Amino acid sequence: MSTVTKKKTEERFSIGRTIRYVLLLLSVIFIFIPVYVLIVTSFKNGAEANPLHAWYLPESWVLDNWELAWKQLSAPILRTLQMVIPAALISSMLGSINGFVLSRWRFPYANLVFTLLLFGMFIPYQAVMVPLMKLVLGLNLPTGVPTLILIHVVYGIPITTLIFRNYYESVPNELIEAARVDGAGMLRTYWSVVLPISIPSFVVVIIWQFTSAWNDFLFALFFSTPVNGPVTLALNNLANGSILSNYGASMSGALLASLPTLIVYILLGKYFVGGLMSGSVKG
Amino acid sequence: MRRSAIIASAVALSLALVGCSSAGTSESKDAGKDVQVVSWWAQGSEKAGYEALQKIFKEKKKDFNFVDAAVAGGGGSQAKQKLQADLDAGNPPETFQAHAGAELTDYIKAGQIEDVSALYDKFKLREVFPQSLIERLTVDGKIYSIPSNIHRANVLWYNPEVLKSAGIDPKKVPATIDDWIADMEKVKAAGKVPLTLGMNWTQTQLLETILIADLGAEGYNGLWDGKTDWAGAEVTKALKHFQKIVELAQTDSSADWEPTLNFVMDGKAAYNVMGDWAIAAFTAAKKEMDKDWMWAPVPGTQDVFDFLADSFTLPKGAKNPEGAKAWLEVIGSADGQAQFNLIKGSIPARTDVDTTKFPEYQQKAMEDFKSKTVVSSLAHGAAAPLAVSSAINDAVVKFTQGQGKDVEGLQKDLVNATKSLKK
Amino acid sequence: MRNLKKWGPPFLLILPSLILIGVFVYGLIIVNFNTSLTDAHTAATSSGNAPTNYTGFSNYVELLSSDAFLFSLRNLLIFTLVFLCGTLLIGFVWAWLLDKPIKGEGIFRSIFLFPMAVSFVASGVVWKWLLSPIEGETATGLNRLFQMVGLDFLQNPWWSDVSVGIVAITIPAIWQLSGYIMALFLAGFRGIPDELREAARVDGASEWQLYKSIIFPQLSPVALSAIIIIGHMSLKSFDLIMSIANQSVYSTKVPAIDMYVFKTTYDYANSAAVGSILLVIVAVLVIPYLIHDTRQRRK
Repeated sequence: MSTVTKKKTEERFSIGRTIRYVLLLLSVIFIFIPVYVLIVTSFKNGAEANPLHAWYLPESWVLDNWELAWKQLSAPILRTLQMVIPAALISSMLGSINGFVLSRWRFPYANLVFTLLLFGMFIPYQAVMVPLMKLVLGLNLPTGVPTLILIHVVYGIPITTLIFRNYYESVPNELIEAARVDGAGMLRTYWSVVLPISIPSFVVVIIWQFTSAWNDFLFALFFSTPVNGPVTLALNNLANGSILSNYGASMSGALLASLPTLIVYILLGKYFVGGLMSGSVKG
Repeated sequence: MRRSAIIASAVALSLALVGCSSAGTSESKDAGKDVQVVSWWAQGSEKAGYEALQKIFKEKKKDFNFVDAAVAGGGGSQAKQKLQADLDAGNPPETFQAHAGAELTDYIKAGQIEDVSALYDKFKLREVFPQSLIERLTVDGKIYSIPSNIHRANVLWYNPEVLKSAGIDPKKVPATIDDWIADMEKVKAAGKVPLTLGMNWTQTQLLETILIADLGAEGYNGLWDGKTDWAGAEVTKALKHFQKIVELAQTDSSADWEPTLNFVMDGKAAYNVMGDWAIAAFTAAKKEMDKDWMWAPVPGTQDVFDFLADSFTLPKGAKNPEGAKAWLEVIGSADGQAQFNLIKGSIPARTDVDTTKFPEYQQKAMEDFKSKTVVSSLAHGAAAPLAVSSAINDAVVKFTQGQGKDVEGLQKDLVNATKSLKK
Repeated sequence: MRNLKKWGPPFLLILPSLILIGVFVYGLIIVNFNTSLTDAHTAATSSGNAPTNYTGFSNYVELLSSDAFLFSLRNLLIFTLVFLCGTLLIGFVWAWLLDKPIKGEGIFRSIFLFPMAVSFVASGVVWKWLLSPIEGETATGLNRLFQMVGLDFLQNPWWSDVSVGIVAITIPAIWQLSGYIMALFLAGFRGIPDELREAARVDGASEWQLYKSIIFPQLSPVALSAIIIIGHMSLKSFDLIMSIANQSVYSTKVPAIDMYVFKTTYDYANSAAVGSILLVIVAVLVIPYLIHDTRQRRK
């Protein structure tokens, strides 16, 4: 008993452990430097909220910035949710189906098809924006949320397919073969065998798509207007107004616009790592 | 079975969200009445002035539905990117903001905007706009936009206390660039920042005022029609002045104009060269003219009004041209011009607006606009097309980031940047 | 016929994705390449108001022989290297620190992951302040902080330095993505069966030997996918540079910015050419990975 306690105390004070904590704390400071400035500035009044006073705590804490940011961003945040949730769900469904077919129900040239799909990740968006706009205009979708859902689903196909395919590759063959022997067709196999075990990858993909669609600015700029666009566009208007920038409000706006993704990460962070672990990283 | 229930509800939820979001976007639209207006007036006094215009529009043009499509950021560059893509893709807004003058030539050459001369007659604008302005707006006998406001770019703003602490009499404005440089050296010796500079266009704007001072109005105008040689000795002289000033300046090439002006307001720097929208910043900070800050034309440009104007256009193929015309009518109206400019801090393009309501600076600017030689600003799209001014911006930033060492390289880059003007 | 029955359904299932990618990616790449071979350099030609001519590869030749574009490519190379090394190193260290049982693991993990949740539009607002290039009495941002804590010698012009300024831009990028790389590595660590480690320890392997012969080989696929993800992000690093410096700052030019500037000034042909060059760079980076990946799977 006493030796166990002694060992434990030794461990607690061991040099290695101390170093680990010091490194972790330094990293936390690195992460929090920008966050500190964001938070304190968001509570400062107009005169105080300027770069020269960035490092000081507010002399008087005010909520005006948050009120203003909320006024300007609440409607766009709601629209962004309407865009991001369907986009993440649809593209993860598509990715799951593609990943299943490409890893488990291969047809001739499946590898080539996979490569072609994957390469779509790398298209330089800025250069193709005008033809892309013509293309989307031709579809006659209402601008704003519906168009952006389409765009995020389409350009999400490569990454979602990649993650699901890698995951399904790691699924033991026997599982699927068993279903086949039972005479189950492709859709049955997918529905009753593959889908139930896909939850970890769904978490990863949904988080990934949710974040990237939420944080996208380029497509938001070209495919929506401030009236029907997402929060990044509204935040840009708040933060980069060409005259008399209101720093306090832009910082509270930046925090406000990051909250939903932040909540997703805090709630699902554990499953995110777990999902990555269960196969998606074996790329 | 639980699994399929979850999935089914997820699908249902996403479909519902798609459904309600598309409903959300289509509900407010009575598409035929919408007037989508693209501008980069998204914050501050610009936004406040813009809102005054919207109010007039809503009162007077009840048939139409105003839709604000302002995009801020990058000195209007993001708004322009988006606009350009929309125009090219055949999806123009009803009207958009554009700098009057050479910057419009791109849209004209691309065949994207309509001649609005007929509207000038209809709204009786020819009588109320000064002749010199009409001339500047006319391309091959046609006019393509209606100006909303006029600004002066060659203004020097300074902090009298800082000058006094350096032993300079703030009332004695330097008459030439050389005198000004001498004063700035005194400021530097006193331990203060002589001049602050911000992002690309603020640097170009400083350069253009030095070019006006050294080349004179006529020589400066010649830079844009090929009569003045960019490779010439006069330009070299101006660039050397520019070099000296850049050496004295504190430069942050990412900062917008306002943070750089703050240094002057806070008594940390002496001078800043900025257009007269700077007034709005002083007013917002509750600083008083002649006490906290003073202004003068940039030394050597006393007799020149370096002009720029915002204006609105009529794009080809707009879905609601009648609505666009209604907006243009408000823009050109005496009421619209008076209210907008009073708030924005600029001066009306119309000459029949009651000047007495305007603050002291704006009254003086209106007087100067009538009496001084008017030249077109480079940094604000009046003097040269976008491709040229953008290339000049790049060359200037490259120069200032290189600590202003390479005057020869700068001149070479400028010659290259302006090649297309000679054709 | 039998083949069709066998391969038809799976093919039909991915057909929608194939069509979408075919149109939205490959269709556009072809249009883009086509534009890059023309002389659409002005407002009139780019908008289709005036006729354009094919000029072969002359846009590429001119771009690749211009100092300005070579400078952008150089910056891209530096940016990518520093960004990659930074995120891999920090991500690995974090994962290593959190792999062993430690109090508050969940909290640390959430903190490290958190920057990923923030868009560049949002974090750019504050990074622009922190990386302010002004030094001395009127300094702000990190330079100011250095003065306040007595580390004045650390003051520097950050991104504004012409030769190495691009490195400063990697700081926010590393801040943002190290957490993701940590998550990847952490998953990699956890994927190594404990028996393997134990077996090595029983065999008397030193800690270093354990890493060298067991852990690093197990992590290499993770590192590879991390390299691919970071690499492709760095090629597109655009929002970040735009929000901290801006499109006209010389010291931080990269091809993605050139593409934007050409586009703004109606030089669609050169914009398209830069886009194609970026695609080729990506292909050079990715195709070996894909081949390697396919071979691995065949085994």
